[in-house]
Amino acid sequence: MTGFGYGNLLDLLGCFVTLSLLSVGGAITTVPEMHRYLVAQNSWLTDSQFSASIALAQAAPGPNVLFVAVLGWNVGMASGGGPDNGPLPWALASAAMAVSMVGIIIPSTTLTFFAARWGQRNRERDEVRAFKQSMAPVVIALLVATGWLLTASHGNPQQAPLLWLLTVASAVLVWKTRIHLLWLIGAGALAGVLGLV
Amino acid sequence: MRPLEDALAPIAAGLRPATLPRPTSLGSLFWAISGIALQGFGGVLAVVQRELVEKKQWLTTEEFVEDWAVSQIMPGPNVVNLALIIGDRYFGWRGALVALAGMLTFPLFVVMVLTIGLAGIGHLPAVQGALRGMGAVSAGLICGTGIRLVPALRSNAMGRLACALIAGLVFIAIALFKVPLAWTLLGIGLPAFFWALHRIRTLATAAQELA
Repeated sequence: MTGFGYGNLLDLLGCFVTLSLLSVGGAITTVPEMHRYLVAQNSWLTDSQFSASIALAQAAPGPNVLFVAVLGWNVGMASGGGPDNGPLPWALASAAMAVSMVGIIIPSTTLTFFAARWGQRNRERDEVRAFKQSMAPVVIALLVATGWLLTASHGNPQQAPLLWLLTVASAVLVWKTRIHLLWLIGAGALAGVLGLV
Repeated sequence: MRPLEDALAPIAAGLRPATLPRPTSLGSLFWAISGIALQGFGGVLAVVQRELVEKKQWLTTEEFVEDWAVSQIMPGPNVVNLALIIGDRYFGWRGALVALAGMLTFPLFVVMVLTIGLAGIGHLPAVQGALRGMGAVSAGLICGTGIRLVPALRSNAMGRLACALIAGLVFIAIALFKVPLAWTLLGIGLPAFFWALHRIRTLATAAQELA
C-alpha cells in the first residue's frame, strides 16, 4: 500500500521545510497541506492513521508541533511493515521522525530568531514600537478566538452544552484564580472518561 | 508622576527595570522551560504565562505580550518561538538553543512513548472521552489566559477605546466569520499599526514641546 523508503527522506524534509516557512499561526495551520501531501498525494498514511497521529499528539504535554514527529514516525512505521517486523521499520520510523521535526522546526525558528533580534536592536524606532503596541490587542483577541474555535469544533452550545460549560468554567477559573492548571486538565479528562461531556 | 512622564509612560513601558528577577544560568532556563512544557496539555502558553510572568517574574505582562506578538506573527509553532525569544533575551543564541531544547526534548520523549505504547487503544470510548474533556478545558485555558493579559493594554499608546475596538473586531473576524489570519492581520492589524505610529509620534512631539 505504501511506498516510503530512505530515498524519500529528502522529499519529506522538503515538504516540512516549505510548510515551516508558511506556518504563520502555528504548524497546526498547515495540517490540510500535510494531509494533501502525506495521504492524498503519496499514500504514505491512511486517513485514520493521519487523524489518530494528530489526536494523540494533542493529548500529550508540550507544544502542539509534536504532532509532526508522530506523523513522521507513523509514515516510517507503516511503510516498514509495522512494529512487529524486526528492527528495520523502527530505524525507518526514527529517521522519518527526525527528518520531519528538523524540517518543521529549524526554518521557522531561524527566521524568528533573526527577526526578534532585529526588533530588539531597533526597539527605539517608532515603527517597531508601533508594531508591538498595535499587535497587543490583536494577539489577545486571537487567544480568546482560538479557545472559542477549539470548543466550537465539537458543536454549538445547544449541541454540546456541557462541553461549552466546561470550557467557560475553566476560562473563568484561569482568569480569576491561581488554581494549578493540571487540576483543570485532570478534571476535564475525568469528565470525559465518565461520559459527561 | 508629572503629566509629561504620564504621557511618556507608554513609550517607557518597553524599558525594563533592572531589579526584575531573571534566570541565573542556562541550566535553570532549561529546567524551567522543560517543566513548563511538560505541564502544557493542549497548549503551553497558559503555563508559560503562569510560571514566567506570575511566579518567577522573569517577564512583565507587557514584555510577555510583546514577545508573544512577535511569536505569533512569525511562522512556526508559537510557544517554541516564544521560548526562543525569551532564551535569547537572557543568554543570547545559547539561551535560544537551550530554551528550544527545553521546550522539545522531554515532550518529544513523552509523545513517542505514547505513540509506541498506546498505538492500539486510541479508539476506546474512555480514551476518546478523556481527549474530548481535556480539549474543552485547554480551550478554556487559552481563553482565560487571553483575558488575564488584558491589563497589559492599559498603558497602550493607542488608547483603551482603540484597543477594545481592535480586539473586538479581531475576535469577530476570526471566531465568528473564520477569516484567515493573514487577511485579519492585513485588514485590522495594518490600520492599527498606522494608528499606533500616529499616536506614538504625536505623544513624542507633545513631550518635546513640553520639554
